[in-house]
Amino acid sequence: MRWGVVVFPGSLDDRDALRATERILGDEAVALWHKDRDLRGVDCVILPGGFSYGDYLRCGAMAKFSPIMEAVQAHARTGGLVFGICNGFQILCEAGLLPGALVRNRSLSFVCDTVTVRVETSDTPFTMGCRAGELLSLPIKHGEGCYVADEETLAALESERRIVLRYTDRGGRVVPEANPNGALANVAGVCSAGRNVLGLMPHPEHAVERLTGGEDGLRLFRSVQSWCGRGGTGERSTPTVVSGP
Amino acid sequence: MGGLLARVYVTPKRGILDPQGKAVQHSLHVLGFGEVTDVRVGKYIEVQLRDVAGDAAMARVRQMCERLLANGVIEDFRVELGEGRS
Repeated sequence: MRWGVVVFPGSLDDRDALRATERILGDEAVALWHKDRDLRGVDCVILPGGFSYGDYLRCGAMAKFSPIMEAVQAHARTGGLVFGICNGFQILCEAGLLPGALVRNRSLSFVCDTVTVRVETSDTPFTMGCRAGELLSLPIKHGEGCYVADEETLAALESERRIVLRYTDRGGRVVPEANPNGALANVAGVCSAGRNVLGLMPHPEHAVERLTGGEDGLRLFRSVQSWCGRGGTGERSTPTVVSGP
Repeated sequence: MGGLLARVYVTPKRGILDPQGKAVQHSLHVLGFGEVTDVRVGKYIEVQLRDVAGDAAMARVRQMCERLLANGVIEDFRVELGEGRS
């Protein structure tokens, strides 16, 4: 399959994402410049972590207007896969491709740690290779990772099983002590109504080798690989194309 | 130069957690300002405008807020229009 990693001015983790997909997974991967308007035929677009455009005003607020984002929006609308990691998640929320927003950590401190997240559903292209309830150990590093949404939105996310990852303790329990940033309902990652857009605060691209932080991130990348290997259909029908986040 | 100056106030929506406001409130209490019951921290943005008047200017600035300056999911905004700086 072919991956694309968008590079914004201020992106930090684009190299790791390219390395994970190209060298570790052995796939084709291309860097997509923020001023490009063409996704060059990629199956899955990664919006990497970092501080796009300095994260001035709000995280992701400027990036959502970059030329490449029009192509990303169109890709997402037609069921294409979009994988937003950390700053990428913030950009997807700002762009309206995912509901809610990411605000300053409740502690007001930047957190840099390894956390446990529980896969809440295997019914997404990003988690189809995981078991629901499976625990992953992934690094986080962010100052604005506190997921918020109004009650109605959160209830809809719960009932539609669109909360894909949640912070838990090592026993898989959703407890406040396991929540690194104050996110509502311990949300670490959510997907779109069509399930083809995922945003998450943890960094799977930093967890692809045993020597440096473990391999749990590969569980997500390999899921996408299998999904695309099956012609992008997986076990469920092609992602429903829906308007709105 | 003339023109208009838009003063834009962006504040966290009621009900949205404002950890900065809470931290500032705590510090004010520590400093002895016990009468403080709530603090919310937002942003103040000045936008200098030219070649646009009154109602049209207000409509344009509101569009700026909706599209970029504020995030409607978490923030409210308020706009005041006045004489521009020379």
